[in-house]
Amino acid sequence: MIEINHLRKSFGEGDKKIVVLDDFNAKMEKGQITSIIGGSGSGKSTVLKHLIGAYTPDSGEIWIDGEEVSLLKGEAANSVRKKFGIMFQSGALFNSLTVEDNVALPMREHTELNESTIQIMVKMKLEMVGLRGAEHLKPAQLSGGMVKRIALARAIALDPKIVFYDEPSAGLDPISIGVIDKLIIDLSRKMGITSVVVTHEIPSAMRISDKIIMLFKGKIIASGSPDEIRNSDDPRVQQFIEGSPDGPIPFSKSQTDYGEELKGMIKV
Amino acid sequence: MVRSFFGFIGRRGFEFVDTSADFFREISGLYYLTRSTLYCTFIEPLRGKPIKWRPVWTQMEEVGVKSSTIVFLVSFLIGVILAFQSAHQLSRLGALEFVGALVGVAILRELGPLMTALVMAGRVGAAFTAEMGTMKVSDEVLALETMALNPVKFLITPRFLALLIMLPCLTIMADLMGILGGFLIGTTTLGIDPVVYINNSLDAMVVKDVVTGLIKSVVFAVIIVMVGSYMAFIIEGGAEKVGQNTRTAVVVSMILVIIADLIFTSLFFFVF
Repeated sequence: MIEINHLRKSFGEGDKKIVVLDDFNAKMEKGQITSIIGGSGSGKSTVLKHLIGAYTPDSGEIWIDGEEVSLLKGEAANSVRKKFGIMFQSGALFNSLTVEDNVALPMREHTELNESTIQIMVKMKLEMVGLRGAEHLKPAQLSGGMVKRIALARAIALDPKIVFYDEPSAGLDPISIGVIDKLIIDLSRKMGITSVVVTHEIPSAMRISDKIIMLFKGKIIASGSPDEIRNSDDPRVQQFIEGSPDGPIPFSKSQTDYGEELKGMIKV
Repeated sequence: MVRSFFGFIGRRGFEFVDTSADFFREISGLYYLTRSTLYCTFIEPLRGKPIKWRPVWTQMEEVGVKSSTIVFLVSFLIGVILAFQSAHQLSRLGALEFVGALVGVAILRELGPLMTALVMAGRVGAAFTAEMGTMKVSDEVLALETMALNPVKFLITPRFLALLIMLPCLTIMADLMGILGGFLIGTTTLGIDPVVYINNSLDAMVVKDVVTGLIKSVVFAVIIVMVGSYMAFIIEGGAEKVGQNTRTAVVVSMILVIIADLIFTSLFFFVF
């Protein structure tokens, strides 16, 4: 369904050049849930931004549903975009529209359905995420978990083949995380939707994924089923799973030596 | 000494090149955004993608109807002030009854369109940048793009059409209010005979004054919408940037409005 070959991306120029993705390869199978995990700054969101066409890679290929998409522009890019839905980390609901209008927007813009059909469809999508009855609320009146569920309803409005999830469980309480996990699994299992989840919630990723890809500093350091990841003997993977503050992934993010930097600050 | 002098010149030179490169990048960005807005607003509907009018009505109410009070107030007071100020000078020449002519022509040609545009740049241009900028930082613009919806068509076109229609309307009403302000002061405080005041005004004002004022206001509308939208769409980062760019949008569109006013005044009254 989705295949990424030798994806490379860097930002900045000259001395400030930072390689964010270095030779990223992955294959997401149809109907399966693939999670991309990694710490902050590991490049996992960058992968997602490439998949949705917000970034153009420096080199490499991205195949979605049998089509090379990394260089598409304009109408061609739009026809690919109709094949997938995306649930943003913040939800990215349109604050000026009601829940109903938010979910109905892709249908109103991309289909010829009449208004009463659209309203029935919206009700069905809201029932799928368990929020039927919230049609006339504004996004500002919803809780964090509800915003994500509405965002999911909007993402699946056009019955896409693929849904991308950007940090679906970030900032939610455990029960809301469980709800979102269940929704992701249901959509995948019952409707055959291919899911790509970018997350740093290890327990949640372990529960839902068919395959987990772990990124560290732009490189894949582990890839496989949840069990394979759990039993990995790579200390970096173990550190991430256990969440220990220090280990092969250092506690300090600073690039320079602490002693040298302090010495440099002494004015004679 | 010499080396540091040339070093200074060199650094300044590079700084200048950098600033002017930035400047031309902004100009070309503004140009491309304007072009795609014009395309989405006027060409695409002809190719079978009709404009949805509901958001345009909403925006027309927002930018037009709700701005009318402040525009009326400002232009009325401008008329009053203009009458007071010119009366003093004109009475020294013994031409007090020409206050009406002066106020009328000044309002129709310049102050009506200009003051309306400046008020709208502050009220509406700032709102555009803040609103769309917030949408940009909260990923709503990206969400539109990933839904295969064109943010230009979806966000800018309704605002563009609304202001393009409403700014000339507001300008006409501002003209009337300004003239009314002058008339009230002229006939009461200054004691000019109403009939004389009206006759002198009508003699001095010609249709060209109104038409050029309206052409200007259309240009001002394009400037306000495009600068406001461009400043919103280039926002990267957070709330701080939204504030900064809103301020920049108001300042830049006010300056551009005045420059455009100068250009059009010289075109209309000194070239043609």
